[in-house]
Amino acid sequence: MSEHVDTSRRRFIGGTAGAAAGMSIAPGVFLNQVAQAKPADQPVTSENRWGMLIDTNKCGDGCDACVRGCMEENGWGDINDSEPHSAPEQKAQWIRIVELRDTRTGYAHQLPLMCQHCKHPPCVDVCPTGASMKRADGIVLVDKHICIGCRYCMMACPYKARSFIHEDLQDQLVVAPRGKGTVESCTLCVHRVDRDGADAVPACAEACAAEGHDAFVFGDLNDPNSEISRQLALHGGTEIRADLGLDLGVRYRGI
Amino acid sequence: MTRLFKPLQSLVLAVGMAFLAIPLLAGAEVPRPDIPQANARYSEAQGCVEPTEEMRKNHMEYILHQRDETMRQGVRTKQYSLEECINCHVPKPESGKIVRSDSKEHFCSSCHSYAAVKIDCFSCHRDTPMPDAEPGMHRLGGGKGHHFTETETELTADVLRAATEEGLQ
Amino acid sequence: MKKTIHFREVTNNGTGYWGLIGILGLIVAIGLGATYYMEHHGHYVTGMNNQIVWGIPHVFAVFLIVAASGALNVASIGSVFGKAPYKPLAPLSGLLAVTLLIGGLAILVLDLGRPDRLIVAMTYYNFKSIFAWNIILYNGFIAIVAVYLWMLMDPSKKQYSSTVGFFAFLWRLILTTGTGSIFGFIVARQAYDAAIMAPLFVVMSFSFGLAIYLLVLMAGMKWTGRPLGDALLRRLKNLLGVFVGGVLYFVLAYHLTNLYATEHHGYEHFLLLGGGIYTQLFWIGQILIGSLIPLAMLYHPGLGRSRTAIGWACALVILGGLTQMYTIIIGGQAYPLVLFPGMEVSSSFYDGVVAEYSPALPEFLLGIGGFGIALIAVALAVKVLPFMPQTLEDAVADPHHGGATDAAAGKAA
Ligand code: SF4
Ligand code: SF4
Repeated sequence: MSEHVDTSRRRFIGGTAGAAAGMSIAPGVFLNQVAQAKPADQPVTSENRWGMLIDTNKCGDGCDACVRGCMEENGWGDINDSEPHSAPEQKAQWIRIVELRDTRTGYAHQLPLMCQHCKHPPCVDVCPTGASMKRADGIVLVDKHICIGCRYCMMACPYKARSFIHEDLQDQLVVAPRGKGTVESCTLCVHRVDRDGADAVPACAEACAAEGHDAFVFGDLNDPNSEISRQLALHGGTEIRADLGLDLGVRYRGI
Repeated sequence: MTRLFKPLQSLVLAVGMAFLAIPLLAGAEVPRPDIPQANARYSEAQGCVEPTEEMRKNHMEYILHQRDETMRQGVRTKQYSLEECINCHVPKPESGKIVRSDSKEHFCSSCHSYAAVKIDCFSCHRDTPMPDAEPGMHRLGGGKGHHFTETETELTADVLRAATEEGLQ
Repeated sequence: MKKTIHFREVTNNGTGYWGLIGILGLIVAIGLGATYYMEHHGHYVTGMNNQIVWGIPHVFAVFLIVAASGALNVASIGSVFGKAPYKPLAPLSGLLAVTLLIGGLAILVLDLGRPDRLIVAMTYYNFKSIFAWNIILYNGFIAIVAVYLWMLMDPSKKQYSSTVGFFAFLWRLILTTGTGSIFGFIVARQAYDAAIMAPLFVVMSFSFGLAIYLLVLMAGMKWTGRPLGDALLRRLKNLLGVFVGGVLYFVLAYHLTNLYATEHHGYEHFLLLGGGIYTQLFWIGQILIGSLIPLAMLYHPGLGRSRTAIGWACALVILGGLTQMYTIIIGGQAYPLVLFPGMEVSSSFYDGVVAEYSPALPEFLLGIGGFGIALIAVALAVKVLPFMPQTLEDAVADPHHGGATDAAAGKAA
């Protein structure tokens, strides 16, 4: 290893374990803290299962900050003018606001809907090539290298979470490769999760918090001490179409 | 048997030699590709992340291996990542010149168009560096730069060193 | 006393034959051109979108694939169920089965988002996927039927033909079940969440396959000047009638069971009453034009004897079959997913509304191109190999003129 610590690396470390660096005295504490964010060369494991809890009561009326946050982070949607030729019904939507109105009581509210990162994902079951896949840590992704664009996963997803790309794209963002003829969906900001581990904040959650609504909690469903697990233990959470038994990574409160 | 074999053999030889000559003749017309310079070197001794000859021959193996590890296991080391290839080999947008993968001035295409091998990367991956690519992270200086494979022990050692330094301040 | 039937290559060499090849070739070329156009620009030039992800090409492709396995039926009745009159019909039936399947698969592949990655589809398999299983089933079908044809057409191998024929029959049943299951596995969509989907596809295949077979047989015999007996034709058209009735019965059963399950009432109401174009296609296209009118024509004492009428009935069955595929595939997607029962939903992603789909011309051209591929392959194959019998005169092919065996054959199949 080099003798000096060069600044870029300091910055890199600062992003993940810098806070720990300030307070630690004993090396052991470090090891724990470092283990939080997975080292870049280590594979993800099934020790974690990443998920989100969304409190729809906190979801602001008419607010779509999370949607815009996702667009900015991942480069899709109108604010990036990413698919200029496609008709509105053809454009990708990784996350959308769904407005609900109870037909009996008239009670109306809204919630953000995206890939639910199912534990038993139908999209993965039906994909002929294995392009639809679930990582060991529960994040469901499309491996666009081997996606043939058959769209069977879109037929199978109960949440309409996936989009097909209908035209050539250019200048995609580095964190979110995407292109013509393949299918895509919410990645749970996997690039952030790989970098920050349990401290990760997906772009939607970040944008929501910045707006002051704080409706999202991201975290490890396998860790009973994580914020998300504690909140679920305390108040419970609903899965959309729980009757399908897919064991979703995204849970809601208030629906 | 042998009598039949002899003329056959020489025919095969003649045809083979004729085929071998084609690239030589063709070479006279098609200029060798003009491969753009990289933005930096990997080290004093070595231009790319592996010896240049090795990279010319086997770059796709490295990229393919990295692709599956990153995609499926979340391994995000940088040494063989496509992002870093682009950062180093393609001019940055802020240099005022945008070189796309369909241009022969693009590092990848300069050679691939010569060899007539289709690239299947850039329908999904961007073919230029991100405009905000952080110079510290993405420009290769001398020495190891960011091209290290971060193992846990190394990282821990680094963090410890950083902490010690901070402690000493 | 029984005369043996000889098979001969088609010897037509005039403008008729080459004109037919030319027209079919043009249809194929146009289909390929349409594909190039769609793939070059991307699917935005089609009517397909993120709601209707499978469009017209899939309607044609699934229709052809389903019909392919049904086309083999004629041969199966001959070799598996030992009905002598059907035996001379077997080679053409096997041929048609293979070419229709190839036509259907070609459409499917050409409509992929990345058809250039066909090699990926062949090398990466997810064995949990019914789709991947179908790829194996389709390839196996082509292989088995090819062997079957060889056994049928090589006099020295004749004794194996019924064993292989039996295998082919089993395989085609599994294949159609597999095709039906592509939809049956989609649990989240109201239209497809039904166990009856697979058997429905099997009867559909009987009906569509026989309709295409009959048309090809009648045209082929006529254009090559070979006799085709009335009694044999009557057998086949009665069988077609049975199959069309069978489809009608299963469609009825499908909707009745759906009406029994409360959670499917919404979709049923949509398709049967309030679904606009889909409702019209269902009642007018599928039920009236595709089932009732051809049934009436086939069983009408006068019309049932006219070859023109039988031909038209076949064409209507095919048209009705395409319509039925349209209501199943497109209608099933157009009806919104039910995510929040009891709630009215709306969003920028068309939640809670019936999806719009206006198919674009290239989609149709690709679909018709698939038919072209299947038919041009038949036209070329009958010229190089002896698939067609020299005569199907009643005296030779159907000496017993039995009307009573028809019903038995229909039941057995
Ligand atoms: S929500 Fe849809 S896309 Fe996401 S994992 Fe589940 S089935 Fe797959
Ligand atoms: S579209 Fe791609 S990810 Fe989806 S099922 Fe087909 S190959 Fe798999």
